[in-house]
Amino acid sequence: MSRKPYVREMTWRWIFRHPRYVRYMAREFSCLFIGGWTLLMVWGLKQLADGPAAWGAFLEVLRSPASIVFHVLALAFAAYHSITWFNLTPKALPVQLGEEFVPEGVISGAHFALWAGLTIAVLYLAGAF
Amino acid sequence: MSERAVELEVLRYNPETDREPAFQRYSINCPEEWVVLDALNHIKESVDPTLSYRWSCHMAVCGSCGMMINGEPKLACKAFLREYSGVIRVEPLAHFPIERDLVTVIDDFMEKLKRVKPWLMPGEPKTLEAGEYRQTPAELKRFKQFTLCINCMLCYAACPEYGLIPKFIGPAALSLAHRYNKDSRDGGRDARRDEVAAYEGVWECSFTGACSEVCPEHVDPAAALQQEKIESTVDWYKEHLMPWLKK
Repeated sequence: MSRKPYVREMTWRWIFRHPRYVRYMAREFSCLFIGGWTLLMVWGLKQLADGPAAWGAFLEVLRSPASIVFHVLALAFAAYHSITWFNLTPKALPVQLGEEFVPEGVISGAHFALWAGLTIAVLYLAGAF
Repeated sequence: MSERAVELEVLRYNPETDREPAFQRYSINCPEEWVVLDALNHIKESVDPTLSYRWSCHMAVCGSCGMMINGEPKLACKAFLREYSGVIRVEPLAHFPIERDLVTVIDDFMEKLKRVKPWLMPGEPKTLEAGEYRQTPAELKRFKQFTLCINCMLCYAACPEYGLIPKFIGPAALSLAHRYNKDSRDGGRDARRDEVAAYEGVWECSFTGACSEVCPEHVDPAAALQQEKIESTVDWYKEHLMPWLKK
């Protein structure tokens, strides 16, 4: 009896096979917005170095409706990425004290607390309060 | 005993006559408490003896009856018919070539399993007279969950990374490597490192996490792989930034 294994091709439709793959791709997709925002900041630094006129033009661009839409999307994707990522930290960083493992919520909670603390510190340095 | 009418759509492929697989519909009456495997056994016994599939224990221990049920990797012996409505679509495990009907070619997994050396390699071999290798309950708990893998390969069928890049060693084999790396009696971590800490090893994983969601034994392969990534990173820093640590 001869063998003739059949290989099924994998198409892009795997993304929609189950909601978990859509969620995963959304997390991967967030890099475009975060990367784009980072490039914007690099451009802003250059404008700052070029003098008050260039910096003023940059601020004008930031105030445009397209820029505001982009920033709202980038913030949403960055928050989605961070929250889903911190929720996964107990898998990567299990802590065993004696026989028992530290509850998962403590490990992800510590990450969220650090995130909140750093956010407050940055806002403070930026003169928000 | 109440019965229900069930429509199963099974992917069939006969390598001797078919160019490609095609679905075949079976309509049967089943007792309420049957699982998909019972329905397949009933079809094979009373409707169509040519239907091929793997199974053995019927109690989620042997890991033979993994298949796609409505697009999700499941053990057919654990998938209750009453949990589905409408036509139930049964296909061979995704990402593996089809040998015949629901039987897949699993040579790739077997070869990868062997490559990660999933067995105990004592750091300091002892003679039989010297006694057993002892372990505390805490040391056992460190890796216990990863010992529960039954090699059913559902995690491979769930992993898009393995589907797209078949060279990836994959969740189950790497989790078993991790299981032995974490064992206090084992000294084989360096021997496994070339396979585990490689691009085709844990670094091909992009943490989709699907492996852990579909595991019928509640093993967490995604966790094992991320932990190995951290260890691989620490190794890299030790090797490149602190070369004096090298023996």
